[in-house]
Amino acid sequence: MTSSFLATPAPVQAAQGPLQTNAWLMIALPLLGAVVLLLAGRRANGWGHLLGCATVIGSFVYGLALFASVGSGPAHELALYSWIPVNALQVDFGLRIDPLSLVFMLLITGVGSLIHIYSIGYMAHDQQGRSGARNTERRRFFAYLNLFVAAMLILVMGNSFVMLYLGWEGVGLASYLLIGFWQQRPSAAGAATKAFVMNRIGDVGLALAIFLLFAQLGTTQYSEVFARAGELSPGVLLAIALLLLLGACGKSGQVPLQAWLPDAMEGPTPVSALIHAATMVTAGVYLIARANPLYTLSPGGQLAVAVVGAVTLLVGCLIGCAYDDIKKVLAYSTVSQIGYMMLAVGLGPAGYALGIMHLLTHGFFKAGLFLGAGSVMHGMNDEVDMRKFGGLRRYMPITFATFGLGYLALIGFPFLSGYYSKDAIIAAAFGQSGWQGWVFGGVAVLGAALTAFYMTRLMLMTFFGERRWESLRTAGGEKFHPHESPAVMTAPMIVLAIGSVAAGLFFTSGDRLVGFLTPALGELQEGHGALPHLVIQLLTVGFAALGVLAAWMFVGRKRVAVERPQRVSLPVRVARADLYGNAFNRAMVVRPTSWLTRGLVHVDRQGVDGAVNGVAALLGGGSRGLRRWQSGFVRSYALSMLTGGVLLVAAMLTVGAP
Amino acid sequence: MLDPYIPLVLMFALALGFAVFSVAIAPLVGPRRYNKAKFDAYECGIEPSPQPTVGGGRMPVAYYLTAMLFILFDIEMVFLYPYAVSADSLGMFGVAAVVLFIATFGFADLYVWYRGGFEWN
Amino acid sequence: MGVTTQTGAVILAQQSIAPPPIHYSAIAPVLIVLGAACLAVLVEAFVPRRLRWSVQVGLSLCTLVAAGAWLVVYARGEPMGLTTLADTLAIDTPTLFLWGTLLVLGLASILLIADRSVEPGGAFVAESSAAPSPSPRAASGGSTGGTATSIAPAPTPAPARATASVAEMRTEVFPLGLFSLGGMMVFCAANDLLTMFIALEALSLPLYVMCGLARRRRLLSQEAAVKYFLLGAFASAFFLYGLALLYGYAGSVELSAIADATAGSLRSDTLLFAGLGLLVVGLLFKGSVGPFHMWTPDVYHGAPTAVTGFMAACTKVAAFGAILRVLHVAFEASSWEWHWVLWTVAVVSMVIGAVLGLTQSDIKRMVAYSSIAHAGFLLIGAITLTDEGLSATLFYLLAYGVTTIAVFGVISLVRTSEGEATHLSAWSGLAKRSPLIAWVFTFLLLALAGIPLTSGFMGKFVVFSAALTAGMAPLVVIALVASAVAAFFYLRVIVLMHFNEPAPDGPTVSVPGAFTTAAITLGVVVTLLLGVLPTPVLDWASVGGFVS
Repeated sequence: MTSSFLATPAPVQAAQGPLQTNAWLMIALPLLGAVVLLLAGRRANGWGHLLGCATVIGSFVYGLALFASVGSGPAHELALYSWIPVNALQVDFGLRIDPLSLVFMLLITGVGSLIHIYSIGYMAHDQQGRSGARNTERRRFFAYLNLFVAAMLILVMGNSFVMLYLGWEGVGLASYLLIGFWQQRPSAAGAATKAFVMNRIGDVGLALAIFLLFAQLGTTQYSEVFARAGELSPGVLLAIALLLLLGACGKSGQVPLQAWLPDAMEGPTPVSALIHAATMVTAGVYLIARANPLYTLSPGGQLAVAVVGAVTLLVGCLIGCAYDDIKKVLAYSTVSQIGYMMLAVGLGPAGYALGIMHLLTHGFFKAGLFLGAGSVMHGMNDEVDMRKFGGLRRYMPITFATFGLGYLALIGFPFLSGYYSKDAIIAAAFGQSGWQGWVFGGVAVLGAALTAFYMTRLMLMTFFGERRWESLRTAGGEKFHPHESPAVMTAPMIVLAIGSVAAGLFFTSGDRLVGFLTPALGELQEGHGALPHLVIQLLTVGFAALGVLAAWMFVGRKRVAVERPQRVSLPVRVARADLYGNAFNRAMVVRPTSWLTRGLVHVDRQGVDGAVNGVAALLGGGSRGLRRWQSGFVRSYALSMLTGGVLLVAAMLTVGAP
Repeated sequence: MLDPYIPLVLMFALALGFAVFSVAIAPLVGPRRYNKAKFDAYECGIEPSPQPTVGGGRMPVAYYLTAMLFILFDIEMVFLYPYAVSADSLGMFGVAAVVLFIATFGFADLYVWYRGGFEWN
Repeated sequence: MGVTTQTGAVILAQQSIAPPPIHYSAIAPVLIVLGAACLAVLVEAFVPRRLRWSVQVGLSLCTLVAAGAWLVVYARGEPMGLTTLADTLAIDTPTLFLWGTLLVLGLASILLIADRSVEPGGAFVAESSAAPSPSPRAASGGSTGGTATSIAPAPTPAPARATASVAEMRTEVFPLGLFSLGGMMVFCAANDLLTMFIALEALSLPLYVMCGLARRRRLLSQEAAVKYFLLGAFASAFFLYGLALLYGYAGSVELSAIADATAGSLRSDTLLFAGLGLLVVGLLFKGSVGPFHMWTPDVYHGAPTAVTGFMAACTKVAAFGAILRVLHVAFEASSWEWHWVLWTVAVVSMVIGAVLGLTQSDIKRMVAYSSIAHAGFLLIGAITLTDEGLSATLFYLLAYGVTTIAVFGVISLVRTSEGEATHLSAWSGLAKRSPLIAWVFTFLLLALAGIPLTSGFMGKFVVFSAALTAGMAPLVVIALVASAVAAFFYLRVIVLMHFNEPAPDGPTVSVPGAFTTAAITLGVVVTLLLGVLPTPVLDWASVGGFVS
């Protein structure tokens, strides 16, 4: 089965008909929106948010029409113009319309539209905005959101790795701008920088992978790369697979580059929902699924993806159990759910489609959960500490209902969407042969239990129990007045809740989604695991129930302390410290380099003031040391030129005339 | 490989050796009788006048200007000599080239002249 | 042995000498620029003061447009590469591309230089520098106090700063710029080392003077000029000494003769490589490649901003044009031996630029270090020695030059009452005061950092992929890391502008006059176009290689 679709790569057709040849409009609309909003200035304050929504909705409608006209089938290529024609390197600015990209287009513009609408309400009461500048802030926000949608569409619609890279950098920029949107908060600016830097590490991997592909095959266009993937030697394939994985880890917050994603919650909540839950962070999964012919040929690469996914899903769950910040819990939940998707796409042909399916259902329920969290914060003066919530279900019934449905979907409650998609992944994991089946399957089931635990804890602490906020004051010294959010915010939540409930059943009935994706991802292989499917289903639901029960035992039955307990057991402490993820970064990257700097500066017999803290500061230290050379004296400049000249001539003579 | 240059290197070494030797030996064997003239600038060059108070002595800027103009005219001469020597064999092309050269040079002279560069006050 | 044959060759035959054929249509752009420069000197002499500025600006702009138009017409005829003036100039496709680049950059620079709206009376004034020789007293802190009309110095102590603020703009900067530009055009077309040296001096000497003409912060400006002059002379000496050794090696200063000599001879490799090393030092100095970069930050900082833009963009183009030609034409056969040395130089330059840029607190110095890092990237393209690398480097030069001039154009707009506010702290929160300028600057910085959809990305992309094809993968990895580090300090400025609160006594952003607006707009539009639609330019750059 595996080799059958590789031997005959899916045929590629040129785009036909006005609907397909004008598919670039989908990208152009939000891009135009962004440009107009940024350039129009204050004039657009009044109508900017409406324009922002209109462009994305227009794009969505176009996507629907495109979907209806193309359907499942071979990929359609649309070459717009020759972008980079340098001798051997020919990169077209081209689009690829196939089931995989169609699914993503609809997800991005669909969820994107809902979140744009929600943002109208959310950002109208932006309390962080300076007085009088509110509408300016909101317009800027919509401009960035539109920019993001355009970039994300380029990422998924491009027909070559270079196009993907273009979109990849674009969403990185938009994400950076949006995380740092509340720029007056130092923590937001810091989080934005952290996200940017960690993404750059991943980007280097992606860039190198693209260079390697081009050096080996002389092209970066998907259709040609995949058709000729067999020419690559196993070593090169493995290198490409691992480098792509590094890129995916950076963008998707996978271990070891996961630390930026929770910090990214400093951005406004709609941003968290759209970018850091539903779409951008899943770009890594898209990348692996898109490059599936390469991974299918590289078992080592596949295994690496699956291991990263499995490790991440556990790490995410464990840390999620320890946080009290509602958005951070959801963020770690995202990390762990993307871990599931990575695990799925790491299983090879047995899991590509399943990973995408979980990605879609997750897009619904996690976006819904984030919007719910935003709605809670909206009603609670932007408080995020769950220990200060409690018993909110009476005050926010719609939020509670939609959030609850999202919660049930996430923990895999039978017949809601998470149940179908996650179950399938767990079954596929067990379906692997040998030790892999047991390890991956076991991890996935354990993850399901932990997910149920921390999400139930979140539900209990937020919506049930004692109203702890009654005795507390806001930061501004007022009483809390929890209230339901306006309709412009609740409507998108309701739509997403419906999706959370029904998407799974819709996708799986008659293998609808899997069949639809087959032309792009190949036949789905059924695994033949040690355990029958029914047993796995029961096991999963059972473990999840165990998690819920445990949460009720630990949280639901007791009073929740408003202050965070300090004397806690070792596991909780470890989890609160992000499993020492930041400490790991410090120990593995920052510290060795800072020792190096100190050594260098010591040679210079000049002490560096203060500890060196972070890669930037390391370079800064080196920079300060080197700057002493720039003394301003012509004589020392001339001396250094002379030294350089002598060295250069000496080197020339050494290599040239020994 | 570098045969033709070995005498050059020897010459250079000899010259260096002589210079070092002379400088080194003078304080050892020479008489030490100082007077004002000993500290004066040696032979050529302008006596700084008035004597420096702080930092270097001051020279009229016009001195540099005139020196520079002198060098420019000097260079013009340097180029005209070889032309004059082989004027016959260069023909009309040579005449045109030299006229162009002098004209270009003349533009600069005109500029200096009209902006007062030749006036010494 | 070698000595005797060379002395024998000096004796010339005394028969009539046939003038070399001259292809006037090919070298017309250079003739137009240099001719106009001479004309501009006469304008300085004869046109009355109050008319000079307008006449000079008009003359300069017309010259550049005319030269450009001629170039376009000539290039559309798809000429074969040729050498002319007794093989001293080679007019081939790279030359035409470099000339076009220089003319475009020159036009933008002249527009910046000509602006009088930002700084009343223009940014250029020369109390004493109007004289052919700079006054040593002015450089040491005093002033001759001579009036602007008379270059005859009046050694009366006068309040220097006060007169500086009212003196009218000196228009000598226009002929100086044209002469320099002419020198650059010859420099990158020179087909023998002696012509190249003359062109090097012709482009450098006017630049030294232009550096010292700033109206504000005269001391800094004149210090920069003197430094640049001293170090430039030092570098010229390197070049000349290398030239002499190479002449000793090949018996000729022609690039093609050197190439023939290296192609397989039993001559002394010592002369060849010592000569190459010294020659390259002189060239790398002009291109501000580390470790011969020391002058760059100080001179960029001190020179008037418009001149800094001219220097940063045009000098780099000319220097790398010459480096490309020398390496491609003369030293390709010996590249196996020397390429490691230039690899190292490229790495050093990228590291110095990227690392030192991080701690700069002055925006002009920061851009200077950025230019050093870019010089490293350019050198990578230059030492690939492939056609692909050649076209990539040419493209990079155009992209970098245009962006840089626009960057300096924006820098000249942000001012306090003291003049330009180049300290980084003054840029904090600029987006709140004047969002348009902040966004333009952000875009330009992103281009320098090499973010997609800008010319900077395309330039880096084509250079790095050419280097990869040429088997220089380790160098490309280092370059990627260096550009990631360099992205930090561009980002720092962006963060500062957009995410920080403006300082209470921050600078004002001047409303740019038509000339500055035109220059910045040109820069931004070209930066965007080259990022989105690089195809035509890449095609032009890769039409053909060097002839010799």
